[in-house]
Amino acid sequence: MTAADWDQQMRSRLARGEESALGELYDQLSPLVHGLAGRILGDEGAAAQLTREVFGHLWEHPDEFDPDERSLRSWVGELTHRRAVDRLRRADLGPEEIDRRTAAAQAQYVVAALPPGLRETLETTWYDGRSCQETARRLGISEQAVRQRLRLGLQLIASELEFGS
Amino acid sequence: MTAPSRRTGGSPAPAAPGAPTTPAAPVAPEHEALRGLLGAWALRACRPDEAAELERHLADCPDCAEEGERLRRAAARLTKADPLDQPDGLRQQVLEFCLARRAPEHPLPVWAAPYAAETARLDALLRDLGPQEWRELAELPWHGGTLRLDPAEVLCHLAAVDSLLAAPLGLPDPLAEQDRVPPQGGGAPVPEQPRTADELPPPAPGRGYPHARVLQRTEQLILDQAGADPQQVRRRWRGQSQALLRAVGPAAAGRSVDYGFASVPLHDAFVDRAFETWIHAEDVARAVDYPYAVPSSGHLRQMVDLAVRMLPLVLAGQRQGAAAGAATGAAEVRVLRLVIEGPAAGEWLVPLDGTAPPGPPAEWTVPPVAELVMDGVEFCQLAAAHRDPEQLPVGQYGDRASIRALLAAVPLLSRP
Repeated sequence: MTAADWDQQMRSRLARGEESALGELYDQLSPLVHGLAGRILGDEGAAAQLTREVFGHLWEHPDEFDPDERSLRSWVGELTHRRAVDRLRRADLGPEEIDRRTAAAQAQYVVAALPPGLRETLETTWYDGRSCQETARRLGISEQAVRQRLRLGLQLIASELEFGS
Repeated sequence: MTAPSRRTGGSPAPAAPGAPTTPAAPVAPEHEALRGLLGAWALRACRPDEAAELERHLADCPDCAEEGERLRRAAARLTKADPLDQPDGLRQQVLEFCLARRAPEHPLPVWAAPYAAETARLDALLRDLGPQEWRELAELPWHGGTLRLDPAEVLCHLAAVDSLLAAPLGLPDPLAEQDRVPPQGGGAPVPEQPRTADELPPPAPGRGYPHARVLQRTEQLILDQAGADPQQVRRRWRGQSQALLRAVGPAAAGRSVDYGFASVPLHDAFVDRAFETWIHAEDVARAVDYPYAVPSSGHLRQMVDLAVRMLPLVLAGQRQGAAAGAATGAAEVRVLRLVIEGPAAGEWLVPLDGTAPPGPPAEWTVPPVAELVMDGVEFCQLAAAHRDPEQLPVGQYGDRASIRALLAAVPLLSRP
């Protein structure tokens, strides 16, 4: 199943009210949601609370997500990011402090929002510290494809980061 | 954000005005090839000779130098920060919060919830394993011996047994492709197996042993996945467990699963798979020196309950084996009260002689010959043959011999 199919299917399963879909959604996306929330909010209790809120929102309003427009990962990442920033604003944090906290989380979120093939290649190479050759073998694609994906992935990240700051 | 749709860079810069015109000549192929390395170079994933060649090129090519600089800046922003550990119980907390806000039209049966939670917990543990840790050997004790498997092989073992649940859920057998090789003994379900022939020596897969079916499938999957990337093995196991959960519905409760040595109701099989997933996840965690929490109290309680319900079978087998000659009064019906403490707290009556008093346990009137008090996690560990029955802290009242016999029988519930 491609990532886009998974997104599409997930949305209809959530809309149908399948509890097993909610569990699967949580298992797939909670590292992103909880990780972002923790990084931006810097507080374990608040991160857990925001994680509840984000999944609660998606479970109650699965139709707000449009799989034709973007990936579920990037949608959920943005929702988490936005709500975390709202919380900091409500807590009367100054804009500089908010910027400082979100800058660190931003790169993580930008990677999460990459198209799945690019994200997987980037993560395998960078986070796991592998050479192109190892990454190619691991993902079952050519070295040439790995190089192309790394370059395109970094170009996208660079423009997102430049655009966002 | 619209990252995926926004294209940046990539195309060669237009020739500077006034540059010597070489209309027909495309950009030097060498330049293009080297330029293609920029992403890998920025991430330090090039071979050293490639990196050296590219760096020589960068000195002469301002376009590439500029892009290289930009990609290096982007790469520097990528943190290798560890994923934040989720506090224990967050999954359940979040799911409960969601379900309270909107009741599910298709709820997950209570007996499938432990399997959903335990497979998720194991997957989260695997997410953190580094290449070295995938090579560690975990010890998987059972009452007749110990299997030594690396984490990917543990996943093959779990997936091989989990896959027995596919057929009763109406899914194709995930191992069917490999069934082209006819298994020894014709592969027919082993008929009329004594359910409790647990005194047998550690089995080699073969027809006569109670665990043949389970072991044969394990071995088959391990062979099939040998040399595969551990992440691929992980994805296969995870995908299968999710497919099982997706297929589960209330209608499935009445069906049964053929384990080879016994036919088990599907709802019990799901609890059994949750139990084994937890125990083997802990085996892996021990091998890589990670902490691993216990299941949630509600799930633990279902596991204790299943083990207690299986106990009479084991006790009956033990009696047959040990005291075939000793005549016991035909009318004798002895029960033991098992008091479980801790998060899975509860009380169970265990018939000790194979036969249960008439009616459901709530209506049994025979006074228990003994009472055994122990912690629920320890009881499960004992049932998995991960504890020594002689060394367990337990409270005991009444007939000591019955208590000793019961404690000795609990590990016989384990299997490879």
